[in-house]
Amino acid sequence: MIALTLDVNGGMRKAVVEDRMSLLDCLRDALGLHGTHAGCEHGVCGTCTILLDGEPVRACLMLAAQAEGHAITTIEGVAPRPGEMSIVQDAFCETHGLQCGYCTPGMVLTAEALLATNPAPSRADIITAISGNLCRCTGYGQIVEAILLAAERRRGTNQREAP
Amino acid sequence: MKAVPFVYRRAASVAEACAWRTEDPDAVLIAGGQTLMPMLAMRLVRPSQVIDIGRIVELDHIRVEKDHVLLGATTRQDAAERSRIVAEALPLLARALPWIGHPPTRRRGTIGGSIANADPAAEIALVAVASGAEILIAGADDGRDALSAAEFFLAPMVTALPPGAMVTGLRFPRAKPRHSGTGFAEIARRQGDFALAAVAVSLTLDDEGGLADIALAIGGATPVPTRLALDALIGEPPAGRRVGDAVADGIARLEMMSDGHASATYRRRAAERLAQTAIAMAAAEVGAREGGR
Ligand code: FES
Ligand code: FES
Repeated sequence: MIALTLDVNGGMRKAVVEDRMSLLDCLRDALGLHGTHAGCEHGVCGTCTILLDGEPVRACLMLAAQAEGHAITTIEGVAPRPGEMSIVQDAFCETHGLQCGYCTPGMVLTAEALLATNPAPSRADIITAISGNLCRCTGYGQIVEAILLAAERRRGTNQREAP
Repeated sequence: MKAVPFVYRRAASVAEACAWRTEDPDAVLIAGGQTLMPMLAMRLVRPSQVIDIGRIVELDHIRVEKDHVLLGATTRQDAAERSRIVAEALPLLARALPWIGHPPTRRRGTIGGSIANADPAAEIALVAVASGAEILIAGADDGRDALSAAEFFLAPMVTALPPGAMVTGLRFPRAKPRHSGTGFAEIARRQGDFALAAVAVSLTLDDEGGLADIALAIGGATPVPTRLALDALIGEPPAGRRVGDAVADGIARLEMMSDGHASATYRRRAAERLAQTAIAMAAAEVGAREGGR
């Protein structure tokens, strides 16, 4: 067993986990953050995407112990306040950017990271950014639309967005 | 949890990682983990210990040393992708990096991990062979500290790394600045999937527009990345028949892999076609840089 202190969504969280535990399992089972979805659990689908120091990575492809010292953002950390949604989340709802919702946390976080560095992405930029995230429902069209809409809205606001 | 139980340890130095590894033959090293983690999840690897080399400061660097560029083993693939040194001094590597996996896997995946893992579809290994790079190692029982990329890859996921040794980095010869161009072409089932075939080429042209030198290697299709012997083509125009024939002939002699994704015949044809594309790309780059020829 290993005692970890992880920086998750702006707060320090402690967990004692088995050495072999992935960051994905640690977030879900040790820290109770079930928003990060477990899909393939071997790096193929992207639904477990989290932000590590602001950049998307796959939580199933890291050991929890490797995440110490990095800032982790999960889907629970993107809304400005409890009960609210981020601009990106809102845009996904409005454009029907999700159906079953399985891929959605990964898609939203990937979009948040893209828009943080590229406020006016082209369609091609968006497709490259989400190329590692599988969606079995939407056909991706509405997801791209959602991210374009979110980009436009974020440019029109002076509100500081999480994360 | 899908992996077998193991002990996780963080090495503070190369010497410490090598010592721990020598002590325990069932220990494995982890850096970015983008290949090891799936293998652990599928229990294809059942280690007693996982030694994290990801925090060893001396392994994370990109620097120029005379006529070479050194990349530390734990340099992230995306750091290399964003590096000005790589863009300027290693244009072939710069062309290949965006083909590796997806942005999130390049964020964690490392240069040395890709080399040590020796997947036949790995782009960095292909570029290393095409460029005549050296694999830098530490802890070898025979005292060697480098192996040429050409001798390093023996079979899929099998390397000539001596027992007890680890990969510490790569040393690439700097690209020639004058009259030179590079090309990289790959085919996979979807963007970011394993290459079914890939070709890396760098060439220089003489003042008449003929080949002054050409280095071309095939990956993905063959069990290990393999460079073709094309020295007989010096002086030939890159778009000429003789170049096309010699490349096709070289590819015809290679052993091609065959699996559920693509047959050997498919891979051979794809490699031929990709080679043409990559050579044309490289020749066009020389032309563009020197204002047409
Ligand atoms: S659960 Fe991590 S990539 Fe599928
Ligand atoms: S909404 Fe169902 S997988 Fe994307």
